[in-house]
Amino acid sequence: MVAVSSWGSMLREEHDVHMLTNRDTPLFSNDQLGIAYGLGKSYGDVCLNPGGVLWNTTRLDRFIQFDAVTGVLACEAGVLLSDIQRLTMPSGWMLPVTPGTQLITVGGAIANDVHGKNHHVYGSFGDHVTQLSLARSDGTLMQCGPHGQTDWFSATVGGLGLTGVITQAEIQLRRFASPWLNTETIPYHSLQEFFDLADASEEGWEHTVSWVDCTGKKNVRGIFMRANPVTEPMSNDCSARSGSMPFMPPVSLVNRFSLKLFNTVYFNRHKLSERIMHHDRFSYPLDSVSHWNRIYGPKGFYQYQCVIPRESGYDAVASLLNEIAKSGQGSFLTVLKTFGNRESIGMLSFPRPGVTLALDFPNQGEKTLALFAKLDDIVQAAGGRLYAAKDARMPRDLFEAGYPQLNTFNQYRDPGMSSALSRRLLGS
Amino acid sequence: MEEIVEETMEETVVETTKKRIVIIGATSRIAEHCARLWVRDEAIDLTLVGRNEAKLQQIASDLHVRNSESIIRVLATRFIDPMDIQHLVEGIMTQGAVDLVLIAHGILPDQQACQQQLVDNYEALVINGVSPVMCAEAFVTEMEKVNHGTVAIIGSVAGDRGRKTNYVYGAAKGLVNRYVQGLQHRLAKTEVKVVLVKPGPTDTPMTAEYKANGMPLACVKGVAQDIVDAIEKKKFMVYTPIKWRLIMKVFCNLPRFILHKLEV
Repeated sequence: MVAVSSWGSMLREEHDVHMLTNRDTPLFSNDQLGIAYGLGKSYGDVCLNPGGVLWNTTRLDRFIQFDAVTGVLACEAGVLLSDIQRLTMPSGWMLPVTPGTQLITVGGAIANDVHGKNHHVYGSFGDHVTQLSLARSDGTLMQCGPHGQTDWFSATVGGLGLTGVITQAEIQLRRFASPWLNTETIPYHSLQEFFDLADASEEGWEHTVSWVDCTGKKNVRGIFMRANPVTEPMSNDCSARSGSMPFMPPVSLVNRFSLKLFNTVYFNRHKLSERIMHHDRFSYPLDSVSHWNRIYGPKGFYQYQCVIPRESGYDAVASLLNEIAKSGQGSFLTVLKTFGNRESIGMLSFPRPGVTLALDFPNQGEKTLALFAKLDDIVQAAGGRLYAAKDARMPRDLFEAGYPQLNTFNQYRDPGMSSALSRRLLGS
Repeated sequence: MEEIVEETMEETVVETTKKRIVIIGATSRIAEHCARLWVRDEAIDLTLVGRNEAKLQQIASDLHVRNSESIIRVLATRFIDPMDIQHLVEGIMTQGAVDLVLIAHGILPDQQACQQQLVDNYEALVINGVSPVMCAEAFVTEMEKVNHGTVAIIGSVAGDRGRKTNYVYGAAKGLVNRYVQGLQHRLAKTEVKVVLVKPGPTDTPMTAEYKANGMPLACVKGVAQDIVDAIEKKKFMVYTPIKWRLIMKVFCNLPRFILHKLEV
């Protein structure tokens, strides 16, 4: 048994870890329930199964085939998104969708159907998977994709690892001219201004995202960022600085005082500007700081990410930001972003048309959970939902209300797959 | 685009200007990561030798995707019996000169089983000690004829001093240690080099039991990088991670009466 935790670092419990080493070998579960575990970058308990089995996929890290003419890549599920980018970018291909980090596995990206700053153009990760293989706990291996066994595919994309262990996938990459982006930074001073900017940027801008000051009690203010690829080829060389949070401080460095200070400085440092930025720096600013989660101290942190339908989006986001500011909790990086007007293919995929708000909270126990209860009420009343990949505590009724295809999904569950999250939210 | 070549011994000589590398025990996790580093840097002519053909093919496909200009050959065979080794090495050498051989095979035996079952004991000694040095001997002898080539061989920190919890494995690796010393002496005036690598416990399938017990293990990528660097610099011997040099210095100088009180 080995102690394993996820990125939020709140649970560190013993697991029976089985390293998967061969994509063609059936799962051997010995009748114990288990769940796939990649790099453990999910924030909550979707990848944890205390006391039970974890099928670690990080040694399934082989490429299988890459066609530099069509841009179709086949690889094992433990390959990192950063490995793919490094391999294919020199030949002019890249992943169409990556989240705010590329240090995650392909299997995790599919099981959580991750999204990025270009959702309105490219959808989510699962939209670009053309086939995948599942190792089921009954010892069988099955293939599914958008053109065969489509129901299994819809259940597995965003399926939280509960339909089986994803062992390999085929992904259609996209062509790109340059890894450099033309970026624009625009400060905004009200929520309406944010929505106006987001709507105006949907046509004509490939990446949109915004940072919002989560401490502002009176007015909403933030920084809107949008970017398009540079069309003329430029050098691929990006001398990225990298660092690490070298130790775990005894208490969280994110507190009421540092929060106010950071948010104020951050807002005031960003003026209306245009500049050319490398894709990696724009898309994965935190990848250059390893172990950044240690900043929250030994008690760890929660991330809260919701999506609210557009009709109720304005009022709900205003209420959410107001509750958060009143509580004095929150983090340095609060993200506010609109999703494109497209449904996800996964039955339990998170992205849907609307607006999404995401931020970290240092774990302050009851105080933090009490705030979440208030936020949950706002989300539920507005017809929104929370992102399971980020979650460690949402109530089951909020999950059920947010994911209307849950009953259909349950028909595709692998009875041998179970996680702390599935027991909490799906009852088994 | 080059294809993955399935090798047979009767295959004709392939002339190539690419650097020619052979890995014995190519399904070893450390060896696989070394191969990834080699194909990352340049297009090479690589022969993967191992017992499990399906596994070798998976590794070959991966390396081929990583560098489609490289020639990746797969050779599934046994290399424990001296005649098998002789045959294997001659076959490889008839295809042309080899620039580098990495000898990476090994198993981590159950010490208790080795004490109780001499068959297990014998197998552990042969696989970890006798077979690797015979492979080295055969390649070195061929390389000496053309006065060119490097043999890198993976030993272990366990070979530096015997201790009760793994002396069978340690003795086999100690044999490798001493054998390499002799080869290095013999080849001192030639252009043939032998590099001995001594990894500490590394995160590979071989150490799965250590990992399950929560023992800290070195990252295989770092170990592979150290090996590739040591070969590049033609070092005689390298510990990886480097901290093991100091740890083993202390451990080897520990007075016997202290060691005998320790449960290590």
